[in-house]
Amino acid sequence: MTKRVALRSWLAAWAVHLRVGDGLVLAAALAFCVASALSLWQGGRPDKAIIKAGGKVFAEVDLAAPRMLDVPGPLGITRIEIQPGRARVAADPGPRQYCVRQGWLVSAGAVAICAPNQVSLALSGRHADYDSLNY
Amino acid sequence: MPTMTPSTTEIRITPTADDHRVARHAAAAIVLTVAEAAIPLPLPGVKPGLANIVILVVLARWGWREAAWVALLRVFVGSVVLGQFLAPGFFLSLAGSLASLAVLGAAMHLPRRWFGPVSHSVLAAFAHIGGQLLVARLWLVPHDGVFYLVPVFALAATLFGLVNGLVAARLLEAEGVKPTP
Repeated sequence: MTKRVALRSWLAAWAVHLRVGDGLVLAAALAFCVASALSLWQGGRPDKAIIKAGGKVFAEVDLAAPRMLDVPGPLGITRIEIQPGRARVAADPGPRQYCVRQGWLVSAGAVAICAPNQVSLALSGRHADYDSLNY
Repeated sequence: MPTMTPSTTEIRITPTADDHRVARHAAAAIVLTVAEAAIPLPLPGVKPGLANIVILVVLARWGWREAAWVALLRVFVGSVVLGQFLAPGFFLSLAGSLASLAVLGAAMHLPRRWFGPVSHSVLAAFAHIGGQLLVARLWLVPHDGVFYLVPVFALAATLFGLVNGLVAARLLEAEGVKPTP
């Protein structure tokens, strides 16, 4: 109990030197820290999904709102599901289902390719985590 | 030899009381710089900047000119003592010091009633990292990757700026300079 009182009076002795403007400057400094962290450390966040069919861009979809897209290919319909900040191939007529099993794509630059049906889903953002991908 | 006429080329330097004071404060700042270099730090560029306490006190008591003398003497002599003179770190330090001196020159004219040494300290710390990052970006690491660590530097500037400012305010109080004029 006395320890807590001692700590409080110790802090109060320092706080005497803080003036109103100092508080404002400190608040602005902390706001700058948070704002810079938010803007600089979210490079990998995707903002757009690019869907290609047969080598051509089928659709460019904003990742803001959830929706479903049906993309036609030579084998049938590839179903793509968009949710805020992520996207996946929900269903594909291909035999091995690689692109479906990849699950949700969450980072910019991530790609799911359904080769048999010639459909691909790629996420793009301001700063991609990868420069390029090779298979 | 009293008959000899005094040489016209002889340069005689008589240090004034001001010179002695600048030297004393600069010596204190240099000691803090060297002592600080012994503290292991997790990240290059993140330092408490204890010498800035001396500069803040000099600024409040003796004005900007004298603070600039102390700050720049600290950068030059400190780097010579640590063997960093003209190394990249020296130029970063110099750029940071010049930037924070410029900001202090403006910040000292803020109304004293509301803005004390803590404001000066935090603003100068931000100017310091700003000047350093500018030189680093233009010269040492010409890539935007240097800005990736800005949030870390900014947090360090806020924290150490607050602590240094509080210590400076307390020293000024002990020296008899009133917190509010």
